[in-house]
Amino acid sequence: MSYKIVVLIKQVPDTQNVGPDAMNADGTVNRAALPAIFNPEDLKALEMALQVKDKYPESRVTVLTMGPERAASIIRDALSRGADNGIIVSDIRFAGSDTLATSYALACAIRKTGHYDLIFGGRQAIDGDTAQVGPQVAEKLDLPQVTYAERLLSLKDDTITLTRRLDNGVETVEATLPLLVTVTASAPDCRYPHAHRLLQYAKTQPEIWNADAISPEMERLGLKGSPTKVKKIDNVVLAHKEGVRIENSDAAIGELVVSLMEDHIIG
Amino acid sequence: MVLIYCELTENAQIADVSLELCTKGRQLADRLGSRLEALVCGESLNGIEKQLYPYGVDVVLKADDPRLSPYRTLPHFALLSEVIRERKPEIVLMGATCVGRDLAPRIASRLRCGLTADCTSLEIGDYEDKAKGKSYQNILYQIRPAFGGNIIATIVNPETRPQMATVREGVMKKELKDSGYKGECVTLDAGRYLKKEDEAVRIVAREIEQRKINIKNASIIVSGGYGMGSRENFGMLHQLAQALGGEVGATRAAVDAGFAEGERQIGQTGVTVRPKLYIACGISGAVQHRAGMDQSGKIISINTDPDAPINAIADYTIIGDACKVVPQLIACYNKNKK
Repeated sequence: MSYKIVVLIKQVPDTQNVGPDAMNADGTVNRAALPAIFNPEDLKALEMALQVKDKYPESRVTVLTMGPERAASIIRDALSRGADNGIIVSDIRFAGSDTLATSYALACAIRKTGHYDLIFGGRQAIDGDTAQVGPQVAEKLDLPQVTYAERLLSLKDDTITLTRRLDNGVETVEATLPLLVTVTASAPDCRYPHAHRLLQYAKTQPEIWNADAISPEMERLGLKGSPTKVKKIDNVVLAHKEGVRIENSDAAIGELVVSLMEDHIIG
Repeated sequence: MVLIYCELTENAQIADVSLELCTKGRQLADRLGSRLEALVCGESLNGIEKQLYPYGVDVVLKADDPRLSPYRTLPHFALLSEVIRERKPEIVLMGATCVGRDLAPRIASRLRCGLTADCTSLEIGDYEDKAKGKSYQNILYQIRPAFGGNIIATIVNPETRPQMATVREGVMKKELKDSGYKGECVTLDAGRYLKKEDEAVRIVAREIEQRKINIKNASIIVSGGYGMGSRENFGMLHQLAQALGGEVGATRAAVDAGFAEGERQIGQTGVTVRPKLYIACGISGAVQHRAGMDQSGKIISINTDPDAPINAIADYTIIGDACKVVPQLIACYNKNKK
């Protein structure tokens, strides 16, 4: 038994380590100042895919990303960790895509890879936190979806069993392939790159598919294919309160406590 | 028409987040001069509509079928996507919960419409597309912090319908419209919507945990940021919270660093709170965090940095190391309490 697996990955600016120079003076994002990283939950999705390959070594894991050509670095990273093949979907005609246009392009690219049994992806990317692309790709391919997957419990023939991490607990589900799975932050960490694979793939240039290669309806791509428009972007302006500066002394802190008690704010 | 997709709690009550959206939906519907409708999908829903009318819901659409409970993506997707096609709402609102965030994008994809996740504000206004030379009236402004919270974006979907948005629990305020509000209930024939293929995912087991930590309803919150330095130092926040009868909150950075449990996270990607008193300890005050607490009654900021953004919205600022000031606060409180 073997499975054809696609893992959706994304290179993202490291928004969780934003330095003081992350924003330009005009309020736009200074992308150059942000390091580009492998989206953390996509790494966990890759791990789940590699677990399938551990059990069924004949399986084939293809990583797929949409983005600029410099995203080759996360493809190489995925290959060094055990993926078999990587593809970048890249074209200026994808510029301005919202999640709908993005998921449409990804779905077209997945179809082009041919037969697939399982598609894995991170629950969400840290630069948008929308968690929309996974379910939207599933719908576009008319596949069922299992979101927030935490553990792969079993896979046999066309039946997979997974746990899902919910807001208020854990659910175990059984699903019939083909299927799209999004993997959540509490899933197991991805294995490290193998030293010999690091060397093997250090200079690999992944295949690049442009818009023509994925045979889309062109009007569903990029800005044209994106129903959401940004009306305006505001810099964050602090609503300033006339706050009181309390002296850092026992006496002043004591007075504050007493006045809060008198106002019945604390009791 | 404005449509709210309602979620149910484990004991088949309408979830708070859905009632909050009904209140917001009622305001938007009034602004548009249109109806407010609510869809409830589940099992044993006798009388559930009575929970919704007081929030100003004009029509409750009810689908009652064992296949709809507990929530699974495909059966709810089949119901909601068809109901939207039949009833053509202008606006659809859903909770940014693990249910809403699973379902809403799939619906938006099927209907090829726009969706904005985790909105912190929803308004009605006009939109001009200068490039196309077109103007649109009464569009839903979907407002949310973006890009790590450094900016606030106003998103619109001028051409496609419905306009869809998700909102986290606690962001909107739940308010009764009128306890005698008269609505009508329409029972949907679930069998007409559900297909055999919708059973592709089966639930084998569910372990639902009671919420142990309830910061949403706490009237006093002692909250810590990355500046607290360690999980051990968070211990004194627990002591202060316990003394004051409050709860402990945390920023995303503090949660990511392992200082506090995820359930304590306050902010755009956590819980939104409106306590009487919010004590921010070692919190710089990134906009994502402020989005979750700036409606607090009184805010005390304790920070070594006089220029920390949190100080600008604080009623009282104490410049100093929270690890020294918090024990002083505990001592002062114990000395003065009756």
